[in-house]
Amino acid sequence: MSGDMNLLEVEDLRIELTADNGRYPAVEGVSFTIARGETVGLVGESGCGKSITALSVMGLLRHPLALAGGKIRLTGQEIQDLPPAEMRALRGKRIAMIFQEPMTALNPLKTVGRQIAEMYVLHQGANWNDADARAVEALKQVKVPAPERRARAYPHELSGGMRQRVMIAIALACEPDLLIADEPTTALDVTVQSEIVDLMKELCSAKGTAILMISHDLGLVTDICKRVCVMYAGRIVEQQDSEMIFNRPQHPYTQGLVASLPRLGMRARHGRQRLTEISGVVPGITAYPDGCRFHPRCGRKTEICEKVAPELTPLADGALVRCYHYG
Amino acid sequence: MKIQANLAIGGGLTALALFVGVFGPWLAHTDPIMDANLMNAELSPSAEFWFGTDQQGRDIWSRVMYGAQISLTVGIGSQLINTAIGTTLGVTAGYWGGWWDDFVNGLTNLMLAIPSLIFALAIMAILGPGLTSLMIALGLTNWSYTCRISRAQALAVRTQGYVQAARVLGYGDVRIMFTQILPNTLGPIIVIATLGMGGTILAEAALSFLGLGVRPPAPSWGSMLSDARETITTAPWLSLFPGLAIFITVLGLNLLGDGLRDVLDPQSRSRR
Amino acid sequence: MADTDLLAIEDLAVHFPVGGGMFSQPQMLRAVDGVSLRIRPGESLGLVGESGCGKSTLALSILGLVDPTRGRVVVDGTAVGTDTDRLAVARTVQMVFQDPYASLNPRQTVRRTLAAPLRLHGITNSGEVADRVAEMLRQVGLRPDQADLYPHEFSGGQRQRIGIARALILKPKLVICDEPVSALDVSIRAQIINLLLELQAEMGLSYLMISHDLGVVEHMSDKVAVMYLGRIVETGGWREIFERPRHPYTRALIAAIPDPLTRALGREKAHGEVPSPLNPPPGCTFNPRCPHAIDKCRASPPVLSPIEEGHLVSCWRAEELSTVRA
Repeated sequence: MSGDMNLLEVEDLRIELTADNGRYPAVEGVSFTIARGETVGLVGESGCGKSITALSVMGLLRHPLALAGGKIRLTGQEIQDLPPAEMRALRGKRIAMIFQEPMTALNPLKTVGRQIAEMYVLHQGANWNDADARAVEALKQVKVPAPERRARAYPHELSGGMRQRVMIAIALACEPDLLIADEPTTALDVTVQSEIVDLMKELCSAKGTAILMISHDLGLVTDICKRVCVMYAGRIVEQQDSEMIFNRPQHPYTQGLVASLPRLGMRARHGRQRLTEISGVVPGITAYPDGCRFHPRCGRKTEICEKVAPELTPLADGALVRCYHYG
Repeated sequence: MKIQANLAIGGGLTALALFVGVFGPWLAHTDPIMDANLMNAELSPSAEFWFGTDQQGRDIWSRVMYGAQISLTVGIGSQLINTAIGTTLGVTAGYWGGWWDDFVNGLTNLMLAIPSLIFALAIMAILGPGLTSLMIALGLTNWSYTCRISRAQALAVRTQGYVQAARVLGYGDVRIMFTQILPNTLGPIIVIATLGMGGTILAEAALSFLGLGVRPPAPSWGSMLSDARETITTAPWLSLFPGLAIFITVLGLNLLGDGLRDVLDPQSRSRR
Repeated sequence: MADTDLLAIEDLAVHFPVGGGMFSQPQMLRAVDGVSLRIRPGESLGLVGESGCGKSTLALSILGLVDPTRGRVVVDGTAVGTDTDRLAVARTVQMVFQDPYASLNPRQTVRRTLAAPLRLHGITNSGEVADRVAEMLRQVGLRPDQADLYPHEFSGGQRQRIGIARALILKPKLVICDEPVSALDVSIRAQIINLLLELQAEMGLSYLMISHDLGVVEHMSDKVAVMYLGRIVETGGWREIFERPRHPYTRALIAAIPDPLTRALGREKAHGEVPSPLNPPPGCTFNPRCPHAIDKCRASPPVLSPIEEGHLVSCWRAEELSTVRA
């Protein structure tokens, strides 16, 4: 990473959940940066805070979740306290987002061509004729076959993979600086998933769009992203280059994850071995343990782990790990 | 906390209504039918006549106490019949689908298209007047909402994994409906049943007014209310007190229904 | 059919009429169209395929919940269909479901969920029922004193343990596992996979493991069948399938895994999406997505035929392609 200004800087982010009798930190002390054109992944299990971190960048947190501290800077400008109107102008134009289930993110009553064209009208002041023509062009770019015909189709007339291509076309319509992708392929069949991933990689690298990829699938994230942040119970526990995370995970949680996955090819190499289990369960937001939040499930915990939460320790190559006993 | 309050208030009000229904005759001051005294017509509430008197000088307090019996019997009885019919048709239609579902849907639409009062009138014409036929007539004509709701619930529950699992374990259809579908559709059905009770209490009045239900001098809350229509501005207590009695009963049953639904749902039971 | 097979599916086809109203002819959905499979006692067969390939219908026919249009399903010596004794089938074949949240009745305690099937199957002595419930809970790694809790009081992983307990309480011989870990948190999956393998060894179970996760399938299966649009396109031992895949679809599935470990296996991807089973393409149904399709593939459907000992492929070009590194 160069010393130039980062595209996105998230600093000491804190998001609180208001539940029946108190406020709980759903996300705490989360900091990361994305340079222009860079691809970064946030990996973690359900409830770890990865999706709400992304939503906070979009300014889309809603009750019972609220931003309770920290800064979010887009090319140096703080955006966490922008008034709603200015935030709306940023969304779609400079930061775009695609979701897991494209069916719910698309308007069922409008043709997909119209929904893409709206982006040009809304953010670039284009007239509808031009916008409709550009929408067809955009569909061609996301490799939708017969784009003229598909532009006139309604979302329910398209397959899941096609809908996600349309979502990508909408997201990239105004050539945003940052594309946030929240589990964009989880609802799709595996062979379709891999095509969508290839499409995202290709388009974003051609346009210089940075990607913040959110997923529970470590393999998928390392496939797309240069850098990976692993989240557990609302905190980033490890940040690594993608090439290293499978080969040299540092945090006991990441190590457990990598070792517990039955990966294709392992049985042929090493025979069938009992998978390494991570004991216990993922804690709920209202019941995060003191100290290191992974300690009840950790094989290396010592007294300090139960009392004082570890800070992020910088390692070589810009990697970070939040553990007293890493490595 | 909220659950307990619903249950306590609802239970209390319902108990009060039932108490009046059973012991009403002992709580009344006078005979509700015979003690007409035109000298006392349309007196406003006083120490002697707590709820005032009606056009014929009968004590409204006594009439409300006596009327509870008829109104509650008709209300509860006909709602039980409605719920039984609606749930049976709805759950089986939603679970089995196919031609049976089409048939039940058609029947429901037919019921919704014909004004239920007219339908009830026709049934009364066949059965003849009387409390039992009133209950049956109202019970056979107001099940379409229960049916719709329970069908929709059954459709949703049918596709759940646990229904599939029950089938895989060798459960028969009837057993699946009783152990898997019905318990998971009960919540909204209880609400509809209690909400509908107010309607049937009033419908009883309409049928009684037409001479098909309870014979006119015998008091019921509904018939008292319909008798009081012309005097609502001059003597509001005539409609106020029977109306209040219906209101309290329906409110009590609704709160009780809500509370029961929550208590029956294990998920909200242990949530704090 | 060998006497030793626990499950023998012979040329099974299940077709459903779809749509069709008063004035239109219904279309035929060929959900399963000529499938033959066998599983021996104690053996695991991994069934791989994407949505719409017919794996769910196949599972339903093994459970005797749909009737074959053609061919037959023989479980433990008995041909099954909707008129077979349901209780007898239930004692032989059981199922573990994908979603541990939707697959447990929220209004029944764990005890009721496990005891009701026992009573249904004639075990009425309450002491025996209680013992078997407690024993089953222990076997799946739960405490017997958790029996009186409701499903929502458990985590996803624990719920899946309950789902497994329910499937095993009748001591079946064959268990169909339908994506048993894909709805679970990643850090919980290993626990459930290990548990399923332990129980298999303990109880001598056979598994039909339905999954799209090839890593899970390789880890758990002795044999693998790859299904596409109602047909088996390749089947063989796990080594044959994952080390020497011959069918372009199998290769595409492997290439689609975003794991640095499998990147070495090649990137021979499929393009486009699975066509509707209502209107499958002529010839080999995979031809529109296949990077190797030739005219012959578009003209006539290939037959599943052996390419090496115990390894069958349904592809016109399997011989030629075997020289190309997947």
